[in-house]
Amino acid sequence: MGQTGAPMNRSSGAAAPPSRLERRTLRSWRVRRQRFRGWLFVLPALLMYGVFVLQPLFLTIQYSFYSWDGITAATWVGFSNYARVFTDADLLGTIFNSFRLLVFFSLLPVGLGLVTASLMHRVAADRFGSIARSVIFLPQVIPLVAAGIIWRWLLSLPGLVNQVLDWFGLGGIARAWLGDFDTALPAVGMIGVWVLLGFCTVLLQTGMAKINPELYEAARLDGAGWWAELRAVTIPGIRYELGVCLTVTAIAALAAFDIVYVSTGGGPGRATSVPGIKIYIEAFLQRRVGLASALAVVLMCLVLAVILPIQRLSRETSE
Amino acid sequence: MRTSYGELYTGRLYLAAMMIFTVMPFLSIFLTALHPSGSLPSGLEWPSTPQWGNFLEAFRVAEMNTLVFSSSLIVLGVVPVSLIIATMAGFGIGLLQVPGARVLLLLFVFGLTLPFEGIVIPLYYLAREMGLLNTRLAIILPLIGLFMPFGVFWMRAHFAGMPSEITESAQVDGAGPWGLFWRIHVPLARAPIASLAILLSIWTWNQFLLALVLVEDPTQRTMAGALGAFQGHYATDIPLLCAGTIVILLPTFLVFIVLQRQLIAALLQGSLKG
Repeated sequence: MGQTGAPMNRSSGAAAPPSRLERRTLRSWRVRRQRFRGWLFVLPALLMYGVFVLQPLFLTIQYSFYSWDGITAATWVGFSNYARVFTDADLLGTIFNSFRLLVFFSLLPVGLGLVTASLMHRVAADRFGSIARSVIFLPQVIPLVAAGIIWRWLLSLPGLVNQVLDWFGLGGIARAWLGDFDTALPAVGMIGVWVLLGFCTVLLQTGMAKINPELYEAARLDGAGWWAELRAVTIPGIRYELGVCLTVTAIAALAAFDIVYVSTGGGPGRATSVPGIKIYIEAFLQRRVGLASALAVVLMCLVLAVILPIQRLSRETSE
Repeated sequence: MRTSYGELYTGRLYLAAMMIFTVMPFLSIFLTALHPSGSLPSGLEWPSTPQWGNFLEAFRVAEMNTLVFSSSLIVLGVVPVSLIIATMAGFGIGLLQVPGARVLLLLFVFGLTLPFEGIVIPLYYLAREMGLLNTRLAIILPLIGLFMPFGVFWMRAHFAGMPSEITESAQVDGAGPWGLFWRIHVPLARAPIASLAILLSIWTWNQFLLALVLVEDPTQRTMAGALGAFQGHYATDIPLLCAGTIVILLPTFLVFIVLQRQLIAALLQGSLKG
């Protein structure tokens, strides 16, 4: 992020040389013409972005004020779709669920990733560490759909999770984890932990590699153990990477769709129903386009509301 | 300065546990896939007679040839175009400093926070209007647009970091922006372009929501979209489903093994810049 300021300095520096007025206007005219020609470079990207992202974005907002089934004429309904999003337990519930998922998709992987990365940094700076890194990263490259399918089997009644519990003498709590009202959401959350742990670990580890080793030496000379070192040296040194990790995982949590769609479809009942799933169901199965759009707008605002403070915090403290 | 042996071993034990946590799911579906089709084994159980034929069977019923072909077509439709126009825009914003560069950058960065769910509904109706529904173009065109925030941001970071001497000496030689771009800066930007190519290919390959909504026929979808449909059909036949999942994951695994270092590096730089 440190780069953002640089180009500004450069352009003001280019205009600074104390040349004569005539040369200066000629030059700045040429520069300006060139800079406007530069727009031709930006245009194709802007066009694709405008047509296929910004235009639909505005349409979503527009749809959200109408009642529309996608076929017959739409009728203006004002804010009543939004009123429904915030009063209907079915719809409001999806927002609560997405905040509960935030714990599993964001806080748990970042926390576990922090522990894993710092241990790698401390006790496995060798081949073992690099193998561990590659292995833990693997779930990050497979489609989320595949993660959902795999874990749907693991979490089922005869699946691996119950088998492992049985090995440890915990067979009593075995159940169909995704089919149980109380455990379905944490179970879906575990899939998120599995997918995102490697990403967080590796990202935080690269942050730690940049910390001045002398700080660690000083900490160890003072007799700092793993925990003290983590708190005093590591965490302050990787604030920026922590911010990135939290941002990426928070978006993954709030906008979760693939994993939930494949593993539970939002069920049982509405135990794992999240905004993404509800938007899909309302828009494409129930054909309540306006209502689905209102929920989509709320979701987008929610994402911004969660990640902007994280961004501000990680940037302020890293300066 | 040495860490104690006790700490060394507990630390490594923890890391080993994490590795097992990551690998066990793959092992479980692999063993399950070797059981007779239609049976219901338990999570981790070596079959009495391994049914290696399940993989061939899954390859056939999933129509893997068609799927690889379809996903490759979509990747070929999305990635080269995205690379070219994102690099051009990154060059315009980061290096040429077009008027309004900061606003443009902000506009693109805003797109990084946008969940796909936020725009998928109008995309469906736009595709219907354009007559693209159920064609690969319905996935390709929006994906190019959706990759612009990241692509432009990524390439801008590279161009903004280029020393201005390179540009100035080329301008003395009389190169216009176009020549400057193609002859000087694109060759210099090969590394970030290659990383971007890897990232966009994976994200295209793994794209699910757009495929699910915009294209009904699984054989015209991305790999992830096809996998979703495969699960729909064979949800009850666990061994076959597991075999199919492995077969569908195979291309990704191969790419990961060959390119793992570049891939991890690319994904990390990607999120750090973002």
